[in-house]
Amino acid sequence: MKTVEYVITDPVGLHARPAGLFVKKASAYQSNITVKNTENDKTADAKRIMAVMSLGVKQGNKIILSIEGEDENTAQAELEAFLKESL
Amino acid sequence: METYHGKSVLQGIALGKLYVIEKKESTWTKMTVADTESEAARFQAARKEAMEQLDELYQEAMEQVGEENAMIFDVHKMMLEDLDYLETIENRIRTESVNAEYAVTVTGEEFSAVFSSMDDDYMKARAADVLDISGRVVRVLEGREEPGLHTKEPVIILADDLSPSETIAMDKTKILAFVTKQGSANSHTAILARSLNIPSLVNTDVEITKAYHGKEAIVDGVSGSLIIEPDAATLEAKRQEQAEIREREEKLKLLIGQDNVTADGRRIHLYANMGNVEDVEKVLANDAGGIGLFRSEFLYLGRDTFPTEEEQFQAYKEVISRMGGKKVIIRTLDIGADKKADYFELDAEENPALGFRAIRICLTRQEIFRTQLRAIYRASAFGTAAIMFPMIISVEEIRRIKAIVEDVKAELTGEGIAFGEVELGIMIETPAAALVSGELAKEVAFFSIGTNDLTQYTLAIDRQNQKLEPFYDAHHPAVLKLIEMTIHNGHKEGAWVGICGELAADDTLTETFLDMGLDELSVSPVYILKLRDKIRHIGM
Repeated sequence: MKTVEYVITDPVGLHARPAGLFVKKASAYQSNITVKNTENDKTADAKRIMAVMSLGVKQGNKIILSIEGEDENTAQAELEAFLKESL
Repeated sequence: METYHGKSVLQGIALGKLYVIEKKESTWTKMTVADTESEAARFQAARKEAMEQLDELYQEAMEQVGEENAMIFDVHKMMLEDLDYLETIENRIRTESVNAEYAVTVTGEEFSAVFSSMDDDYMKARAADVLDISGRVVRVLEGREEPGLHTKEPVIILADDLSPSETIAMDKTKILAFVTKQGSANSHTAILARSLNIPSLVNTDVEITKAYHGKEAIVDGVSGSLIIEPDAATLEAKRQEQAEIREREEKLKLLIGQDNVTADGRRIHLYANMGNVEDVEKVLANDAGGIGLFRSEFLYLGRDTFPTEEEQFQAYKEVISRMGGKKVIIRTLDIGADKKADYFELDAEENPALGFRAIRICLTRQEIFRTQLRAIYRASAFGTAAIMFPMIISVEEIRRIKAIVEDVKAELTGEGIAFGEVELGIMIETPAAALVSGELAKEVAFFSIGTNDLTQYTLAIDRQNQKLEPFYDAHHPAVLKLIEMTIHNGHKEGAWVGICGELAADDTLTETFLDMGLDELSVSPVYILKLRDKIRHIGM
């Protein structure tokens, strides 16, 4: 299993548009991916947009992605890059 | 052939197919279904259809408002693909043996409750998205069409009534005419019809039924009638009439480039009213001397967030530069009362026309006002801009406004941003402002009399209430006295005075206004040449 830790810098947090992009990206991998908001300890399936949005991730919150599966290495690298770029 | 009658908003004749916009309420009830598998399949089919609608909306929005704003429909689509949402609905159908309408509605409410309980305004807005997509699926399940205009060829719109946000979302090039059952000559549909120069009827005695959808019809703005499925003879006669009207319009075009001067040598400025950046086309085509009323509300209505300074700046700049040095008078935000946008979060009011609106909002929530002023001043560097403030009742208000304006100018100067000379004026649309116009004139460069509101407030007649139309007198002597007083008081202090309400286009009053010494008339672009023709015949 691989993990990615990231602190959100986007002023509105993981809101509709980036959440949509994030879920789209996560759905492209075979691995199971969960995302946890360390602020409230809620965890969601990263491939489900409603669940991801209901984590209520705001600016300054730390999220942890847990990635498990065949393509976990690529997923880890690419998702980390995506987070840095967009959020 | 069926004939109906309504109140005509604009002379002219339109021929085309009817497009019925029916407001149908949800009628589903909770039901037990025996075959849950086919009910689940019914849900899946409706979901697919809803996804296709969203695809189309996304494409339309991309073309009209850009990717940033269109993205919301893409997010809606993703929500409709969300497995948690879909599984909850399908499980509900299967385990509770309920109909899809019920399962979708209840699940939508459940998911939306999660978002609305979050202490984050942005997330709370997602609650509305969930309800929106659920509503869309239920509409498809019930076979109800989405309100709005989905047509390739231009049509005659037949509706019970239309709200400003409904009309704003319509592609104006697809509208030949409006026919509404409700509404008055002053309703928003009527004002939009005038600005689009299309014949329209309001308060029409026709039933709004889907049966008329797609039928051939004629809207005759001259006689105020709607003819559905006309016979060949009628069709031919109206075609002829339409051609004659067009010919008269062609003749008026010969007046382009001529002066607005009476036979006995009196002159008046003829400016145009407009409410959308695209309207500049019509303003220029009809040879207006300037823009006497640029309604800035269009920037705020029909969207979910405040327009940014940059967005506003771009819109003002485009209009100001395209007018090439001719005066552009921008009226600051006149929202509230009957023109509303949800994101302003205005409280419901008992008496909105007398309520929290226009300058009252701007002076209370100054960040909104300052953003708009900054945008206008920045745009003023590209031509001749003027600003006027709506709903003024006192000198004190103008002083507060001027202090804010000075502050904004100092801020821009500090940032090294260029701006031009901007004339400041006010709308005279309350009897209070007319009565103290002598004092107000010392503070501003010009007055623009808004006759619609001035009449409504002077006569205490709600212009949205069609029952009151028999009592409404646009030529009431009280209103004319207030206008004359305003002109006189303005001139005494060196302020110029114009009229920008509907009364300005009333050619039975043009001579009266000239006699009063009025300096400017601002009307819908379509009236400019007609008025020029009228003015040139005065004093012959």
